[in-house]
Amino acid sequence: MLVFILRRLAQAIAVMLTVAFMAFMLFQYVGDPVTHLLGQDATPAQREQLRADLGLNQPFPVQFAHFVGNAVQGEFGLSLRQGQKVSRLLIERFPATLELAVVAALMALLVGVPMGVYAALKRGSVVSQMLMTVSLLGVSLPTFLIGIVLILVFAVQLQWLPSFGRGEVVSLGPWTTGLATLDGWKHLVLPAITLAMFQLTLIMRLVRAEMLEVLRTDFIRFARARGLPDRVVYFGHALKNTLVPVITITGLQLGSLIAFSIITEQVFQWPGMGLLFIQAVAFADVPVMAAYLCLIALVFVCINLVVDLLYFAVDPRLRIESPATGRAA
Amino acid sequence: MKTCHLVSMALGLALAAGAAQAVTLRVANQGDAMSMDPHSLNESLQLTFTGNVYEPLVARDKQLGLTPGLATRWSQPRPNVWRFELRRGVKFHDGTPFTADDVVFSFNRAAGAGSDMQGYTNTFKEVRKLDDHTVEVETLTPFPILPDVLTQVYVMSRKWCEENKALAPVDRRKGIENAASFKANGTGPYRLKERQPGSRTVLVRHGAYWDKVEGNVTEVIFTPIGNAATRVAALLSGEVDVIEPVPLQDVERIKASPTLKVMQGPELRTIFLGMDQKRDELLFSNVKGKNPFKDKRVRQAFYQAIDIETIKSRVMRGAALPMGLMVGPGIRGFSSDQNKRLPYDPEASRKLLAEAGYPSGFEVALNCPNDRYVNDADICQAVAANLARVGVKVNLQTETKVTYFPKILRRDTSFYLLGWTPSTYDAHNALSALMATPTEKGQGQFNLGAYSNAKVDELTLRIQSETDQAKRNAMIKEAFDAHAADIGHLPLHQQSLAWAMKKSVTLVQLADNFMPYKWVTLSEKAR
Repeated sequence: MLVFILRRLAQAIAVMLTVAFMAFMLFQYVGDPVTHLLGQDATPAQREQLRADLGLNQPFPVQFAHFVGNAVQGEFGLSLRQGQKVSRLLIERFPATLELAVVAALMALLVGVPMGVYAALKRGSVVSQMLMTVSLLGVSLPTFLIGIVLILVFAVQLQWLPSFGRGEVVSLGPWTTGLATLDGWKHLVLPAITLAMFQLTLIMRLVRAEMLEVLRTDFIRFARARGLPDRVVYFGHALKNTLVPVITITGLQLGSLIAFSIITEQVFQWPGMGLLFIQAVAFADVPVMAAYLCLIALVFVCINLVVDLLYFAVDPRLRIESPATGRAA
Repeated sequence: MKTCHLVSMALGLALAAGAAQAVTLRVANQGDAMSMDPHSLNESLQLTFTGNVYEPLVARDKQLGLTPGLATRWSQPRPNVWRFELRRGVKFHDGTPFTADDVVFSFNRAAGAGSDMQGYTNTFKEVRKLDDHTVEVETLTPFPILPDVLTQVYVMSRKWCEENKALAPVDRRKGIENAASFKANGTGPYRLKERQPGSRTVLVRHGAYWDKVEGNVTEVIFTPIGNAATRVAALLSGEVDVIEPVPLQDVERIKASPTLKVMQGPELRTIFLGMDQKRDELLFSNVKGKNPFKDKRVRQAFYQAIDIETIKSRVMRGAALPMGLMVGPGIRGFSSDQNKRLPYDPEASRKLLAEAGYPSGFEVALNCPNDRYVNDADICQAVAANLARVGVKVNLQTETKVTYFPKILRRDTSFYLLGWTPSTYDAHNALSALMATPTEKGQGQFNLGAYSNAKVDELTLRIQSETDQAKRNAMIKEAFDAHAADIGHLPLHQQSLAWAMKKSVTLVQLADNFMPYKWVTLSEKAR
């Protein structure tokens, strides 16, 4: 177990370095922040001076080494746009993104799994046919469209819910939360639904497919033959065995929820990391963009690790393999 | 008698309570002010927002003319010296009286390290205090438009900056932050109550403001909403009172609402096309061995091929003012009798091209941003279609402003679209930045095609230090005529500002895109 974790850690560091390198290299070509930092009236000499002050005229390897050196200490340098530490900006924005992602993930799980089970058990019924059709929409509609439609219906037409922002937040030390106020929850509903929509339909279709698969297997038939009640067969045996892929997907999807909340945050002016990233792109703010990508890579690496560990807990067959030869999926 | 007294007292109290009722204005803008420090960033949104909290010596009125601000009078005792008499009885938000020391301190702060306002102060030689209510600014050379320039330089309290260790503006290069970036203490009609960068900034009325405030707004909640559709939705759903800007395609929809209205008016910015007139061979063209743009007939052919009225009606949905000059109304030096376009005439255009030796046209690349000006990429597309009609094949290259500007500033272009607002509200700025021959000193920095005319250069230098306004205006006129005779650039139009608001909101829309909250009124029934 320990060897397994150590191996994963070494891999994680390699992944992080690669991501950092690629991010940094890519972002060297997104443009020049100096033209935005200085107004139209700055002289060429001032521009040159600023470029030198920011270290932008140094060769790429030097800039990258500097970046990694800072990153190791938990620092990502300064945002060129806001003149603040990138780490501080990310910490300020992280709670908003995490709360949104977790609520969306819970929504997707709590609605998606039962719907999937229902669609599998009542295959062919009108309701489950309808669920399948609607879920196709959920998978194929782009996030921004869902967001805009929700805003149009619930904020503009019905005026039940607010269309933008995070509402009233409560500070618990460095963490700000909107979950403690009614206003915060009201602001959370639409973006969370928007973000959850894709995951929800994905989970539902996955659970349905897996469930149908499992229901065809021998051990279910034997369980039935032994006269176990439906409830036990379906939920005790079948559902439990469909959960392994669902855990993987949900885990990875939590990562993508955080990573791809960019569009939802943009549509709802949700003050999270995604919005920060979009603003950084519009400004060629390389340190923010690189740090964001590294952070997202870190999230994925951690989630992968947790998912692997959960496999051990759920699937006894994996425990038989010796850790040293255990695969690293 | 006694009851009568009581009743009148109660009435008085009720009235007082009514008057004290908060009138809240909720504003959504596409961006946010980066900092509360008025010297840290020279950008219009930054300056329009902090301009409600801080004030300059010389202010602008509703027509963008000069009007007394913290200075009541100003004069030019010697060609190199401007003298300002300061307003008495003005107090900062923290109660400190405003004096000449604050002005000297602020101007030096704006001119010093870390300041982004050095473009406004680089003509300063010395700022000195004559007495508590008189300040003199000595400039390096005679500088006739100093009062115009100073409208953007806001005054801070020396005492407050010392106490808060905010003696210099935040230097974004070093990441030094100080109190001035998220707190504020000005003399303006509003003081800062709450600041959450990127999500919400709240201003409240400054009770001891020296001037009468026309509007009735006592509280302003400013929210940045980057996504245009969300911004419009926030207005439609009633969550905000004013939004800026409105995307042109939503103007009709908002106008159709019984409770909302749209205000459109010309912005100071002029949109134009520029051509490489320096290289002997264009970088991006199929003409080899020579540069067609060096031939005035080609430039005129391009000019007359552009159907500006159709661009106005189709691309800009009416929200544009076609221009024949490189500066628009509101800029000192603009004259409407000079503002005449050459007629749209594809036939003449084809003839000119044939005369110049291109009877079947040629190919050239047009560089264009797609997220900087209103419908910028669509304008370029229309221009390309216009030019195709006279045989010129335009290879359109549109890209985001982040990559566009570094590229064209490297002069990596043959034909480009640009918009320009003179930051001094004076024609000299446009002449110097766009039309004068590029030099090492920064002149002609945005003259990306290196248009060059010795007469224009000479006039530009003389205009800079000519203090006789009549002579100065005559020289500006002459320079513009010389530029127009050469067809140095192809002016297109001034785009319109588009703001939308509830019908209950009355405000003043300024062509420089500033929104002073002291001129905003919310009518009774809306509250």
